[in-house]
Amino acid sequence: MRVNFTVNGRKQEADDVWEGESLLYVLRERMGLPGSKNACEQGECGSCTVRLDDVPVCSCLVAAGQAEGREVVTVEGLADFAKQRAGQSGCASGACGGTTVDAAKRWQAKPQSADGQTGEQVELAPIQQAFIDAGAVQCGFCTPGLLVAADELLERNGSPSDADIREALSGNLCRCTGYEKILDAVRLAAARGENSAAGQGA
Amino acid sequence: MGVTRTPTDLTQGGRTGAGIGASTLRPDGTLKVTGEFAYSSDMWHEDMLWGFTLRSTTAHAEIRSIDTSEALATSGVYAVLTYDDLPTDVKNYGLEIQDTPVLAHGKVRHHGEPVAIVAADHPETARRAAAKIKIDYAELPVVTDEASATAEGAPLVHEMRDDHHAGHVPHPNIVHRQPIVRGNADEAAKRADVIVSGEYVFGMQDQAFLGPESGLAVPADDGGVDLYVATQWLHSDLRQIAPVLGLPEDKVRMTLSGVGGAFGGREDLSMQIHACLLALRTGKPVKIVYNRFESFFGHVHRHPAKLWYEHGATRDGKLTHLKCRIVLDGGAYASASPAVVGNASSLAVGPYVVDDVDIEAIALYSNNPPCGAMRGFGAVQACFAYEAQMDKVAKELGLDPVEFRQLNAMEEGTIMPTGQPVESPAPVAELLRRIKAMPLPPEQQWLAAGERADVRALPGGLSNTTHGEGVVRGVGYAVGIKNVGFSEGFDDYSTARVRMEVVGGEPVATVHTAMAEVGQGGVTVHAQIARTELGVQQVTIQPADTRVGSAGSTSASRQTYMTGGAVKNTCEAVREKVLEIGRGKFGTYHPAWATAELLLENGKVVTDGGEVLADLADVLEGGAVDLELEFRHKPTEAFDLRTGQGNGHVQYSFAAHRAVVEVDTELGLVKVVELAVAQDVGKALNPLSVVGQIQGGTTQGLGVAVMEEIIVDPKTAKVRNPSFTDYLIPTILDTPTIPVDVLELADEAAPYGLRGIGEAPTLSSTPAVLAAIRNATGLELNKTPVRPEHLTGT
Amino acid sequence: MDFLRPASWEEALAAKAEHPTAVPIAGGTDVMVEINFDHRRPAYLLDLNRIGDLSEWEVGEKTVRLGASVPYTLIMENLRTELPGLALASHTVASPQIRNRGGVGGNLGTASPAGDAHPALLASGGEVEVESVRGRRMIPIDAFYVGVKRNAMEQDELIRSVHLPKADGPQQFSKVGTRNAMVIAVCAFGLALHPETRTVRTGIGSAAPTPVRARAAEDFLAAALDEGGFWESGKTVPPSVAKQFAQLASGACNPIDDVRGSAKYRRHAVGIMARRTLGWTWESYRGQERSASCA
Repeated sequence: MRVNFTVNGRKQEADDVWEGESLLYVLRERMGLPGSKNACEQGECGSCTVRLDDVPVCSCLVAAGQAEGREVVTVEGLADFAKQRAGQSGCASGACGGTTVDAAKRWQAKPQSADGQTGEQVELAPIQQAFIDAGAVQCGFCTPGLLVAADELLERNGSPSDADIREALSGNLCRCTGYEKILDAVRLAAARGENSAAGQGA
Repeated sequence: MGVTRTPTDLTQGGRTGAGIGASTLRPDGTLKVTGEFAYSSDMWHEDMLWGFTLRSTTAHAEIRSIDTSEALATSGVYAVLTYDDLPTDVKNYGLEIQDTPVLAHGKVRHHGEPVAIVAADHPETARRAAAKIKIDYAELPVVTDEASATAEGAPLVHEMRDDHHAGHVPHPNIVHRQPIVRGNADEAAKRADVIVSGEYVFGMQDQAFLGPESGLAVPADDGGVDLYVATQWLHSDLRQIAPVLGLPEDKVRMTLSGVGGAFGGREDLSMQIHACLLALRTGKPVKIVYNRFESFFGHVHRHPAKLWYEHGATRDGKLTHLKCRIVLDGGAYASASPAVVGNASSLAVGPYVVDDVDIEAIALYSNNPPCGAMRGFGAVQACFAYEAQMDKVAKELGLDPVEFRQLNAMEEGTIMPTGQPVESPAPVAELLRRIKAMPLPPEQQWLAAGERADVRALPGGLSNTTHGEGVVRGVGYAVGIKNVGFSEGFDDYSTARVRMEVVGGEPVATVHTAMAEVGQGGVTVHAQIARTELGVQQVTIQPADTRVGSAGSTSASRQTYMTGGAVKNTCEAVREKVLEIGRGKFGTYHPAWATAELLLENGKVVTDGGEVLADLADVLEGGAVDLELEFRHKPTEAFDLRTGQGNGHVQYSFAAHRAVVEVDTELGLVKVVELAVAQDVGKALNPLSVVGQIQGGTTQGLGVAVMEEIIVDPKTAKVRNPSFTDYLIPTILDTPTIPVDVLELADEAAPYGLRGIGEAPTLSSTPAVLAAIRNATGLELNKTPVRPEHLTGT
Repeated sequence: MDFLRPASWEEALAAKAEHPTAVPIAGGTDVMVEINFDHRRPAYLLDLNRIGDLSEWEVGEKTVRLGASVPYTLIMENLRTELPGLALASHTVASPQIRNRGGVGGNLGTASPAGDAHPALLASGGEVEVESVRGRRMIPIDAFYVGVKRNAMEQDELIRSVHLPKADGPQQFSKVGTRNAMVIAVCAFGLALHPETRTVRTGIGSAAPTPVRARAAEDFLAAALDEGGFWESGKTVPPSVAKQFAQLASGACNPIDDVRGSAKYRRHAVGIMARRTLGWTWESYRGQERSASCA
């Protein structure tokens, strides 16, 4: 069958899709967007998390045909998505609702931004930069799903408590980090969101 | 169009101070957060086919016949291969013992063994075709534990053993046996005021790396094959793959693709040979990606173990002796079992001084799933048992468990049960002191947020099982010892190629190794080392492949030591070469060329006093210095097969944990509240990564303490929970705060004084959690993982 | 495999009538797992995502009509007052991503004893609205679960909604799993106090071939509360009553040993959860009574 939907703001079309294919498979194998990861294909790890009409879902459990006509945001589009959000609200991190001073104080790791990463300078969403800076990436296989989930959390709640972060990310397994630096990254993105909001006099 | 999303160079600039010791950020970080990083499952080729593996549905059976005709006739199917299609006489592979069939030959020895492979134009086509392959199995009886494996008339898992362990094992169903005997344990036992014994059971753990086994094989015009794959050791794969394909090693060109975690589970081959066979047969690129179900069958697991321990101690708290017997279940194929036996036996005593020991470790062949490498192997199982024993002995003596450990802690100069002296700092007592001194987390944190209990901070978490009822706190301690690097006389080396040149006026270093970056951050450290040694800012890390010499395995906590050491070593040689060229050109102009200690700094040759002698651009004049060198750690010896004596190990690594848990004693549910760690790392080349490794390793130890276990049916030897629904690993709500205290006591024999760090935190985490649960409940708890049934007597 | 995409409820019913073996898919959180792991190859997938009505709910005077596909997240966020037990159960479903997709209709359609919604639905009481081209019928929740992963529906029927009474008293839900999040129930327990009728209802998950009520426990507790005048007095329920209630709840289980837990543990845990949820709901009832009498 043929499937049409919008991915990261662009209309996409896939032909000869087998009816049992998941949205994840179509993104990865037919649309050249393998950023969303295939770690469990049973909704138990969150590595394939995408926004489907804004809602974070496991793309491995969405039948490709169910995405017909809908809007999908993947990790590949996260930076643009955040930029657009910033354009609308002046808040790229989604976390401009403010961060408690306590939360910012708890932040410990030393961020070392703009380390001259690979090749050309890429514009990143605040949560992406925070993951790099906080050391939240090791093998990185869980990272795309975590970024989509964490970005959505900060969009909803700009100053989440640690328990809020843990609950929001409890559907995303990571096997490398022990999650501590992932918590750090979300705290950092939240704190930076607050700072940038303060900087704007917001 | 060729392969898309191949691994790329990672070029990282850096500021001053981005050398060793700095928390430099990952050079692959941007690629990984944007989804651009090319993992092995992301490989794609225009005309590629999908490979699929048909696996045995039974654990032990004779294969009477295989009929592939219907599968082959399926539209869209390009090839169906079985044992009979293997192209050469080499039909087995294996890390140390080549006992693993590429495809089952006449019989299957474990549930999920590969029997046939299919290539088709769509994964579903391949699956449907595989389902049409008819296999006639005649079931055979299974052996699943020591009793059934060594019973009279037990079926032999491998009938015609001719491997190098076959001659010294007491039974053909024992892969390897290693006794360690020193002093006289029986005599020493007579001096003991207390004797404490216990039997401990360690469950089968899965690495559960998130990126399933996958890769792409592309047939080449020269009859060879290009293989993009996620592995821990490219050259070890190559050595096993090429003979099966009947190709010389230079025609099997391997490139490391992005690796989604490893933890030992990629040390053995999985889909590598299968993809190459299908690619060579069909003349088309073939991609194989396991799903999670298949991944549980696609790699070896951590050896489950039974351990019998007896310790004696004098009234004043000194250990007198150790007698122990460790039985590891290696499953159907040898994999890393011999090395696991070596670690378990030689480290069975733990980081303690015990002069009189009688230790025996064996690994079984059985029809259970094959077991092999996983983070801390051998040492993990032993640590679980000896740390439980330490608490028991301390209790028997009425001593504080930490003080008792400190009383018996090994230190630099201690002689190990193998007779090997400990030749670098062994701060066991100090690590214990540090974790004990850390402040304890506040009580009843579930009440912190308000008047209503926050279930997220309670045992059971979101499932809303308690609002505080039945919840009891416990605290437990543990410490462990792990060997670093490949032991027992293995020629363990690593190779690095380093090129230095000036490009556009900028000095640039290029580092090329075959080191498997599996997430540990080796690529970050290599760039840091090059900056420190060559005084450059910009470093390019080339993709790991087999065009450069072997880097050895990303395992045994060895890569920073070994390939990091190789990069350092080669950089030093490159620097010397650059200086030699400089001396040749400019030596006569300045006496310092001959007399001073010279360094490279920011593209200049400078004296240690800071005087600039020359510009690198002038020294190299558009040329480059390009060297490839091997690096070795100090040689080790095999353990004597009878006494276990021998200088078998390179270096030791130590970590200590304090666990604070809250147990719902009525429901048997556990919340780990905090897991504090202290670890000696020798030298933290990248402190941020060091802490990340320690926290990650700690969490894997937590997992096996309270939830992780592959459950194998003892009657059928079939795996009962091959999914992430029923094999549970910790979520972020199960993982506590993990404060880390890093100690840096240099090992003078190691590059920069560093100590391999990846595994030690996985050892003591598990027994610390168990000790805390025992402390909370008063129960014995001799098995891991602890299940609610154990805590509730149900 | 064919993918059917009805744009309306009527089209969906017609498609189901024409292809009775078609597998309805809404959140996909059960069906897609089975497809991804090759456990199921239906001839037809019947996508219900286009039928907006299924994702809506209406709060009436006495009841809530909850569309079959209303995601658990929305139940948690919007129906905590009206359906507190189901809202609590919803919060324990898998992960945030799954809660964003899955709904009660999926749990009912699959009818697995481990479905998290079942104990809450049983404790609440209510009816399942199912329909086919032959007509609509309301199946009482008590008659819905008929066997292991079998429900009382005909092959051509689809679940449209559930009709649940608005809570008239405190409700609780508790579930045991061996992980603190994202876990399938080892066993689960739901309890609803119904002060208006002076009754209590329960639901047990994963401890019998189907979700079940602990009727003997309910009857015992209702009688004990009534006879002791507890509804009026709001006095603390004596431990002996709680203990007996817990024992009877355990007794209602008919569990098996499996990889998730032993039968013995399940029986034990259901008893503990019964006692605790009784404590929580009764405390809450007393609190409401007190504040009501102060008002």
